[in-house]
Amino acid sequence: MSSTNGYKPRSRSHTLVAIVEDKPGVLMRVASLFRRRGFNIESLTVGHSEEKGLSRMTIVVDGESAPVEQVEKQLYKLIDVVKVSDLSNEDIVARELALIKVRANNLNRHELLDIASVFRADIVDIATNTLTFQVVGDEDKINGLIKMLEPYGIRELSRTGRIAMVRGAKTTTVHEKEPAKIRELHGKAGRRIEGVELPFSSD
Amino acid sequence: MARMTGAQIALETLQREGVTTIFGYPGGVVLPLYDTLPQFPGIRHILVRHEQGAAHMADGYARASGRLGVCLGTSGPGATNLVTGITTAWMDSTPVLALTGNVARTLLGKDGFQEADITGITHSITKHNYLVMNADEVALTLREAVHIATTGRPGPVLVDIPKDVFQEEAEFDWPEKVSLRGYKPTTEGHAGMIRRAAELINEAKRPIIISGHGIIWGDAQKELIALAEKAQIPVVTTFLGIGGFPESHVLSYGWLGMHGMYYANMAADNADVVIGIGMRFDDRAMGRFKDFNPTAKIIHIDIDPAEIGKNFATAVPIVGDVKNVLPRLTELVKPATHTEWIRWIDQVREEHPSLHIRESRRMLPQYVVRTLYEETNGNATIVTGVGQHQMWAGQHYFYTRPRQLITSGGLGTMGFELPAAIGAQIALPDQEIWAICGDGSFQMNMQELAVVVDENLPLKMAIFNNGYLGMIRQWQQLFYDKNYSSTAMTQPDFCKLADAYGIRALRVETKAEVPLAIREARAYNGPILLDFQIDQEENVWPMVPAGAALSETLEAPAEELAR
Repeated sequence: MSSTNGYKPRSRSHTLVAIVEDKPGVLMRVASLFRRRGFNIESLTVGHSEEKGLSRMTIVVDGESAPVEQVEKQLYKLIDVVKVSDLSNEDIVARELALIKVRANNLNRHELLDIASVFRADIVDIATNTLTFQVVGDEDKINGLIKMLEPYGIRELSRTGRIAMVRGAKTTTVHEKEPAKIRELHGKAGRRIEGVELPFSSD
Repeated sequence: MARMTGAQIALETLQREGVTTIFGYPGGVVLPLYDTLPQFPGIRHILVRHEQGAAHMADGYARASGRLGVCLGTSGPGATNLVTGITTAWMDSTPVLALTGNVARTLLGKDGFQEADITGITHSITKHNYLVMNADEVALTLREAVHIATTGRPGPVLVDIPKDVFQEEAEFDWPEKVSLRGYKPTTEGHAGMIRRAAELINEAKRPIIISGHGIIWGDAQKELIALAEKAQIPVVTTFLGIGGFPESHVLSYGWLGMHGMYYANMAADNADVVIGIGMRFDDRAMGRFKDFNPTAKIIHIDIDPAEIGKNFATAVPIVGDVKNVLPRLTELVKPATHTEWIRWIDQVREEHPSLHIRESRRMLPQYVVRTLYEETNGNATIVTGVGQHQMWAGQHYFYTRPRQLITSGGLGTMGFELPAAIGAQIALPDQEIWAICGDGSFQMNMQELAVVVDENLPLKMAIFNNGYLGMIRQWQQLFYDKNYSSTAMTQPDFCKLADAYGIRALRVETKAEVPLAIREARAYNGPILLDFQIDQEENVWPMVPAGAALSETLEAPAEELAR
């Protein structure tokens, strides 16, 4: 691993990126597959990709629960999954965002601000007895900050899970260019037309 | 382009996809579809008596004909009743389209009357499923569903359509092309891998082919025979692969697995190169994985990449359609004889014949199957339930053509035989079809006798009646100290039952009556049920106990042979 930015893969965990159809139920299909095959998910994030109608999932899977190749192949079997890439052996940027609400008072607020600056975290909310940190980085960095904040009392913690991208010109979407007509078909297939009121019929 | 209702679009699309038969059961939310059905005289609707029957019939129809089978149920219980049948199709990779109605769109998720989240329920037992939310998506969705079900590794697809989508009007726009970004089955087979496989086969001293269901669905019997003959490679099949390679062929060594032939198991276990073709190295076929022939190099040819390396490490993986891969492999394989190896297997077979039926005055089930084989000249299509009778039907009838044995192998669904045989008979009206039924298995779906009468099917039903859940009793005898807990069953008078439906029936109580009864059934032009009162405590042999290795195959103990 020639990665910089302090990113090291956790032992035996694999980062998979799945490009999936943006359709109802796709998250459940993926989650259900993992449950059914006994693969453990460490984190799963999903959001839009650069292509209309396609979402990007980043899945961190515990490689001890299953050979990652099986996970990949089983994912591919889902019709709504268009592309799966295993980034474990790639040079990648991997990031996670966390929001951490910590107890604070007039005596320790400065200490907390110092910790924030060491971790290059932002303070996104301040109140008389709390501070909310926003931190971006790899899991180790976030874990480190959490460890530092624990003695002050963490009121609330929310983490996004890992998203990742290959460094350099290489991409992982690798979605072949399609003729415009096919592209349009793929873009709309199975999607609900927005803003159309559905007729009510209870019989 | 024409203005049509969702129901009309659905039926028009199915008709254009070549669907001629739907097995279904009406209900509240599918009424719009049933109301439209008479407008499509090209589609024959078979009214079942339970939706599970509909799914098995569609499955049996597909397995007998190689075409898509279609079943239909209403929302809620109608849909959930299909689940066992869909799972059966899923485990055995057969192309079934399950259509369900659902409550109106605005009621979805409100727990209204007869609502069930059938797409959620069937996620893990279908190749794909859809909930169609607009009438203008019905045509494309159904086309996609048919495409997915029938291509690549076939499998069931469910399409759930809310009631008001059936009623909604939309322009009917026939989608000329179906294209799915996330579904592009690999059919070609990697040239480099095929070359490596050929090299391995050419170096092999003791090669064996294990051929599976994929040969049947890939329509590749001819291609398989060509490969086996060119390099003189003995062939064993999996249970579902029966018929994929003619059992009359000199290179055929039956089928392997838990109740496979002793010599088939030994051949697989002593080979140096195992060529798995269109099969998935299932535990019932391979025995305990870690002790299956640890030195063999495995070549695995299958259309589903996820099967490769799932249970066994593979030396050469080939992902592709067997119809495409086999001829290319055969071309690169050098002619060989493997005389010593074949002689070795022959000798094992001589010493452990497995399929020998002992002389007995009792009505042995093996004898019944063998007599059926002889009386039908080996030409009948056999459909089985699940249990001892299924294994005897697999062992003692000899199959030469694909689709000749229709059976639930993966899921092991009792109650499969009658509805699947009905589906098969509807697909092949002129074919002699025998449903070999267990007395327990038959009772799980015997309500479908009514369909046999409705459709006046010339189906022959043979119940192997031993008054027990025989396979379970066998396990209790062998592994649970003969503690026959809940396996003895009171059976109805099957002849009276048939009579109540207006179906002819014969009770067969002695060995001498067996051939006569079969002849009478064959001569009768209509449905007939034979109640064979077989020996009660006969067991299925050989047997690889659950969790044992193929090398530990047990044969019938002497005291049983003396019975």
